[in-house]
Amino acid sequence: MTGTFDLGWWGVALAIVAGAIRVSTPYLLVSLGETLTEKSGRVNLGLEGTLVLGAMSAFATCYLMGSPWLGMLAAGVAGAALGLLHAAICNLPRVNDIAVGIALFIFGIGLAFFLGKPFIEPRAAMLPSLPLGNWSDNPAIRSAFAISPVFFIGIALAVSLEWGLKNTRWGLVLRMAGESADATRAIGLSVDRIRTLATMAGGSLAGFGGGFLSLYYPGNWNEGLSSGQGLMAIALVIFARWSPLRCFYASLLFGGASAIGPAVQTVGITEGYYLFYAAPYVLTLGLLIYSSSRTRTLAGAPSELSISR
Amino acid sequence: MEDKPASGTVAAAGEPLAPYDNRTWLSGAAFPIDGLESLLLLLIAVGAAALLFGIFLAFYGHDPLAVYRTLYLGAFGTRFSLETTLTQAAPLLLTALCTLIPARVGLLVIGAEGAVVLGGIGAVLAGVALGSAPAVLGTVLTIAAGALAGGLWIGAAGALKHFRGVNETISTLLLNYIAIALLNHLVSGPIRDFSQTLKAQSWSIPQAFMIGNIPGWSVHSGLVIGLVVCLALHLLLRHTTIGFGMDVLGGNRRAAQMIGLPIGRLILLACFLGGAAAGLAGAIEIVAVHGAASESLVVGLGYTGILVAFLARQNALVVILVALLLGGISASGGLLQRRFDTPHAATTVLEGLIFLCVLASSAFAGRLLSRPRAS
Repeated sequence: MTGTFDLGWWGVALAIVAGAIRVSTPYLLVSLGETLTEKSGRVNLGLEGTLVLGAMSAFATCYLMGSPWLGMLAAGVAGAALGLLHAAICNLPRVNDIAVGIALFIFGIGLAFFLGKPFIEPRAAMLPSLPLGNWSDNPAIRSAFAISPVFFIGIALAVSLEWGLKNTRWGLVLRMAGESADATRAIGLSVDRIRTLATMAGGSLAGFGGGFLSLYYPGNWNEGLSSGQGLMAIALVIFARWSPLRCFYASLLFGGASAIGPAVQTVGITEGYYLFYAAPYVLTLGLLIYSSSRTRTLAGAPSELSISR
Repeated sequence: MEDKPASGTVAAAGEPLAPYDNRTWLSGAAFPIDGLESLLLLLIAVGAAALLFGIFLAFYGHDPLAVYRTLYLGAFGTRFSLETTLTQAAPLLLTALCTLIPARVGLLVIGAEGAVVLGGIGAVLAGVALGSAPAVLGTVLTIAAGALAGGLWIGAAGALKHFRGVNETISTLLLNYIAIALLNHLVSGPIRDFSQTLKAQSWSIPQAFMIGNIPGWSVHSGLVIGLVVCLALHLLLRHTTIGFGMDVLGGNRRAAQMIGLPIGRLILLACFLGGAAAGLAGAIEIVAVHGAASESLVVGLGYTGILVAFLARQNALVVILVALLLGGISASGGLLQRRFDTPHAATTVLEGLIFLCVLASSAFAGRLLSRPRAS
């Protein structure tokens, strides 16, 4: 707390809220991407690799070209490319999407660390934030409510995806590919093509999530940048039961849970600090145990999905 | 997965049956492929990956042939590099089994990373508690405690799968993160050795419990344990009724139910054994290398193990060969870095490419040497 006023326990609450908003953005983007992919009937377990490669591409592009928004574009393109790779291999017969995801996870991280090595030291321009806390003269509140526009883009995406999946032709086709490949083929659509496009879109969203990490918060590029947000987002999609809007709530919850540790540390509580890191994972596992059943699949799960069978 | 048989939902033996696809792609039982074709496919896939990696290197201005020569030198070229390779391969032999054994009953477990950590914690706790025990007994019990901890950890995921239908891939993924958080918590306070100020690490096990090197080599004898376990599991999986039962279950769950196999017990056993193997890897890291638990347990041994299991097509004997190959790749990383000034991640890129190519190659299994069968 660098505030002129000591906010005490209110400071902790504020730090959790601010942390939830900052930390949830990459969760939100990656989980929206994974929702799209899974709705089409495939799982991309490699989004962690996509996220890290996106972070590297964004940072490197921004450093070389000077524009953080160009960096975000590069992150999206890199993510779509990895998505295309995943889809292309999964389109082959008898290849399992989960295993390809694990391979892509290793490949993406390797590629990002290889190409990103020269960019570990330098600083690059950051994404701007909207000063929504200017009504207050308390610097702690001001910094807590300086929110990245990417967060609002994420909300807009969540709302429009929720609507679009239900009400547009594209959404319908996507969900049909995820519910029954045979029915999709029967009306003359290519299941592989739908899934390829969905995986590419999912990959580019995960790339944006990575761009947010390297260009906004924490806002640098190094090999320890991601703490598994890409993998977590997959669990988060299950937590949100494949609904984009619930992905948003779940991201906030996960973001808040991840912010508890650092926040309570500011008031001198260090006991069990690391256990707080496990909070989102324990939460997800608990929910999975609660909502799973031996005899039926999870509510809302696309029936073509290999993890819901 | 378009050509998979419809998932079964019929309860045959009075037992409710979760919607479940027959994961024959995983256990390799779907298409009877002979060993020769398997080997050919693996060679083609690794060759393709090497070619792609060569193009990648050439693009970055390195001579691919020189890099591969260095890779060979760094992995197998000298006695020293061979020893490094063997040391790197030792834990991979065991972490691969954590994916391999559950795969034989049709489960995709990716929790070796967490089981290694649990094995390390279990070994340290047992080793410290047994402080005054005779050396050999102490070593054996310390290692056994690690294996038990890892086995229970992944066994829990198996139980969740069997009794609650919780997807084992997702649960083991989550358990990895929970295990790492648990380790960080324990070494930051409850079992921290506060005399070590350089890094957070746990209490150390008694020096007498540490295992030494293989006589005449500077490779720790954990390698021997890994080899013995791989051989024993090969025998168990291929030459016993338990192994046969697992194969039936992995190949066709409904058939397993029809002939009255104890499905729950087989699933729990496979997960327990897999976790115990990874836990053993963690315990050996403690008794042979570190002597105490710390972040050094979390170096991706589990994730590389998944790669080893898939490259070996879930065959415990082939694991030995593949672990040597991947151990060699990571052993030569340092030399590669010094000789060509490539980033350390170059070997990770190569590993990722190999994994992708091997997966893609499985699309051609059963079609390479034999004429396509009418289906």
